[in-house]
Amino acid sequence: MRRTAPALLVLIFVATVAATPPPGSVNEEAVQEIAAQLRCVVCQNLSVADSPSETANQMRRIIRERLRAGDRPDQVVAYFVDRYGEWILLSPRPQGFNLLVWVAPFAGTFAGLVGLILLMRRWSRRSASAAPITQVDPDTRERIRREMADLES
Amino acid sequence: MSTELVEPRTWRWGKWVIPFAVLPFLALLAYGFRTDPRAIPSPLIGRPAPPFALAAFDGGRVSLEAMRGKIVVLNFWASWCYPACYEEAPVLERNWQAYRDKGVMVVGIDIQDREEAALKFIRQFGLSFPNAPDPEGKVSVDYGVYGVPETFFIDRNGKIRKKHVGAVTEELFRSEVERMLKDAT
Repeated sequence: MRRTAPALLVLIFVATVAATPPPGSVNEEAVQEIAAQLRCVVCQNLSVADSPSETANQMRRIIRERLRAGDRPDQVVAYFVDRYGEWILLSPRPQGFNLLVWVAPFAGTFAGLVGLILLMRRWSRRSASAAPITQVDPDTRERIRREMADLES
Repeated sequence: MSTELVEPRTWRWGKWVIPFAVLPFLALLAYGFRTDPRAIPSPLIGRPAPPFALAAFDGGRVSLEAMRGKIVVLNFWASWCYPACYEEAPVLERNWQAYRDKGVMVVGIDIQDREEAALKFIRQFGLSFPNAPDPEGKVSVDYGVYGVPETFFIDRNGKIRKKHVGAVTEELFRSEVERMLKDAT
């Protein structure tokens, strides 16, 4: 056991070194993932990932460089938010006034469903409680008889 | 017959639910339509201006660090930005001449441009203040620039005091620079 311990340590060390990507290589998927969250500043409703513009190209290059320099993806996003404000984010952060955008559709759907259920319950109750017509006054009965007779003749 | 005229109690107030539910939406729309979707507040106001160092068109070097202690009017432009950049270029040159002896610097940063077109623009307006291209777009991203022209007014302490989107006018240049000159004395 004592003899295998150093070997094990070496193995762990080698595995750790192998697992960490060498500095200078950047996962292109990570770049795309960050770029997709950012608004292309010179476009209308396009992300930095989708825009073919020169500005978006430069922004992707900056993302790549920052990742290469060791920034985490959230730090890269924060870098852009720091300069452009939250406007740069394509989906607003769920906090403060922005919450309305996230909550309102669900609240609206819920309120609509509740309203619909109440309305349907009322309708079914009303049709069930509607009293069947049992009494017809003699005048009406006489009139119906006459009109039926007219129709038949 | 008379039963039809008496509405159930719940139905009576229920009639008002829909109009009242619409009110918040109307309020939201009223608020939304009053705001200008193109007016994007810059988070940089009041913060230190991001440093930069660029190679100028005339072969010199333009850096914010070298202008420390001066009021800096930093203008982002492009030769293809017509008409706004063409409108403000003479204003910038005129005011640079008027204020250069009072500790005011005017700096132009040309973005997303071709060199010959930019040089032609500089010649056309006889721009004598330092102008530099930003080939990698790093300075424009550092300043949160999303279009041209955009102009930043930086005070003597290196803080961004104002960001102006669109052509700089004579009045705007003078009022902003005078305000900063007054503050500093």
